[in-house]
Amino acid sequence: MLSDPTFLAIQVLNGLQLASLLFLLSVGLSVVFGLMNFINLAHGTLYMLGAYIGLSLVRWTGSYWIAFAIAPLCVAAIGAVFHVVLLRRMQAASPMRQVLVTFGLIYVGLDSVRYFWGDYSHSFDAPESLAGMVHLFGESYPAYRLFVIAFGLGVLLVLYLALEKTRLGAVVRAGVDDTETASAIGLNVSGTFFLVFCLGCALAGLAGVVAAPVLSIYPGMGISILISTLIVVVVGGPGSLAGAAFGALLVGMVETFGQVLAPSYAGMVLYGLMALVLVVRPAGLFPARASR
Amino acid sequence: MRAIQATFGAVGLLATGLLSSPAVNAEDPVKIGVILPYSGVYASLGGEITQGMELGFATFLNGAAEIQLITEDSEVKPNIGLSKAKKLVFQDEVDLLVGPVASNVANALRDFVHSQEIPLIIPNAGNNLLTGERCSRWVLRTSFSNGQITRGMGPWLMEHGYDTVYLIAADYAAGHQMMDAFRETYTAAGGSVVGEAFPPLRDTKDFGPFFAQIKAIAPKAVFAFFAGGQAIQFVKQYDQFGLKESVKLTGAGWLTSPLYVHAQGTAAEGILGILNYVPGIDSPENHAFQAAYQAEYGRVASEFAVQGYDTARLIVEALKITGGDASDRGALVDAMHAVSFVGPRGPLRIDPLTNNIIQDIHVFETMAGAEGTELRVVDTLPAMQDAQNGCTL
Repeated sequence: MLSDPTFLAIQVLNGLQLASLLFLLSVGLSVVFGLMNFINLAHGTLYMLGAYIGLSLVRWTGSYWIAFAIAPLCVAAIGAVFHVVLLRRMQAASPMRQVLVTFGLIYVGLDSVRYFWGDYSHSFDAPESLAGMVHLFGESYPAYRLFVIAFGLGVLLVLYLALEKTRLGAVVRAGVDDTETASAIGLNVSGTFFLVFCLGCALAGLAGVVAAPVLSIYPGMGISILISTLIVVVVGGPGSLAGAAFGALLVGMVETFGQVLAPSYAGMVLYGLMALVLVVRPAGLFPARASR
Repeated sequence: MRAIQATFGAVGLLATGLLSSPAVNAEDPVKIGVILPYSGVYASLGGEITQGMELGFATFLNGAAEIQLITEDSEVKPNIGLSKAKKLVFQDEVDLLVGPVASNVANALRDFVHSQEIPLIIPNAGNNLLTGERCSRWVLRTSFSNGQITRGMGPWLMEHGYDTVYLIAADYAAGHQMMDAFRETYTAAGGSVVGEAFPPLRDTKDFGPFFAQIKAIAPKAVFAFFAGGQAIQFVKQYDQFGLKESVKLTGAGWLTSPLYVHAQGTAAEGILGILNYVPGIDSPENHAFQAAYQAEYGRVASEFAVQGYDTARLIVEALKITGGDASDRGALVDAMHAVSFVGPRGPLRIDPLTNNIIQDIHVFETMAGAEGTELRVVDTLPAMQDAQNGCTL
């Protein structure tokens, strides 16, 4: 089957599409992890909230694009409140306490969603303009999936430019590299971290909206995607944009091809990959801090 | 975790929901322990079954017996379900149990009720073994066995010209049992299975990889089993990939359950399903049931609600035979074997050879209707009865 070029092309696109979603999800988690040494297990919950808020917005306004624009802002606001009320106090705490608190937040999020939206599964449609098929390589492929791929690449490009070419990006890089020194020379590291955290939340919410027409919306959706996201972060290397991008690409491709070529081993291959990376390069493939 | 107690008296209990009403006679009420998921992935199913049961008792009881329902949340966890069953039996001293939704929980309950000789009526869990190799005199099922649902579709697809098929189902016991039963009758009828896949349960984010494979193989039809969020994903992505035009999508009817067929939108149109119940069954019993359910709960009753409704009716009809007495449990089970009635699904009775239900199975097609997608019955396979499959009662 691998010798069939159209089959191969479609699978590569499928892999890119999944990678694109995983990238949107993991980049926020990864940078927060690298920047603040903070493990936010509730990141998947933000993704779920993005999808549900998007669902309500689509129902009220009938427009996918309004949901696309507004839902991430709502999720960022929720993230900001949590940061101020809870997470800020946890920053100096031991990783175990951080894990426990954010693990608890998963269940708070789960029950809140069940309370407001119920137990039933939902979905909403891709916008009219992206609902059809696009013909390429002599095959047809859903237009919306191509949009997801292009959008992921666009976000990657914008984040790269912001990180490398702007002052904010320089502060973030300095903060990731050495938080204490960066603070000592007068950079507002904690304020920057807060901004980055909110941006990460917004991206997770955005991933929820972008994923909804392809995947479905249900109370456990945040938990089921969390594992893949954590693997992306670990494999790519916490705190680095290139790590999140490359990790997402690797996991997306392995999941896509593994499911079809070796269905019984698909799960194992992914965890095997993670174990291998951890043995060979414990800090991930593209660690943000090479010296540690 | 939470226990709602409800005493059902003679009249008017539904309007007030789960409330107690004054006892009509001095006799002890029949205590029914209900173990269903009210949290976790199957919480919506637990709710549907409970509502169906409430409506069933309200409709059929008419003072035939005094009953009390004690509900417990199984949380879809075998160990929790078992400890709740023990609590209901030893502490509340219930006369019989109803539950659960998931087969892993049912497996955990089976040995306990078998050794305690407490009747357990299963209103959903479909594992073949529960009324096959691991059957028990005390475990009766009003829902279905996995094989019972899909077995009829093999010959049916062959008769309608779909002679090559690709199988795809969630990778757990139910998925495998449904595909095995289909494969057996389909190949016996001369069909050939040209490919199959078992993606992981609940974990599959993207069916695209399988659709690329189906496109390359180009079978006449796909026969699928998914439920809940996975079913929404599968049906929508199948449509997005443009497969609906070239390969007929068929499957166990949960693919387009009334619980979420509206969420699938136009992607759900034109799918052939097979199930023990669809809301579109044209019979006076079903019309009356749907009207009562919709008046009470404001939405179309699903196959899960029907299973709860018929469970309540089975209990009521059996109690009528025993004169409202549940103290002799053997007599109660015998009475359940003697009961037969026409429910919303069609004629029903419990098979004394396996304790599984004997019921009609319906082939239906989804199509655009006045109020969204409708599930329209195209064929009915009467009185499907399981083989004994190693069960000796």
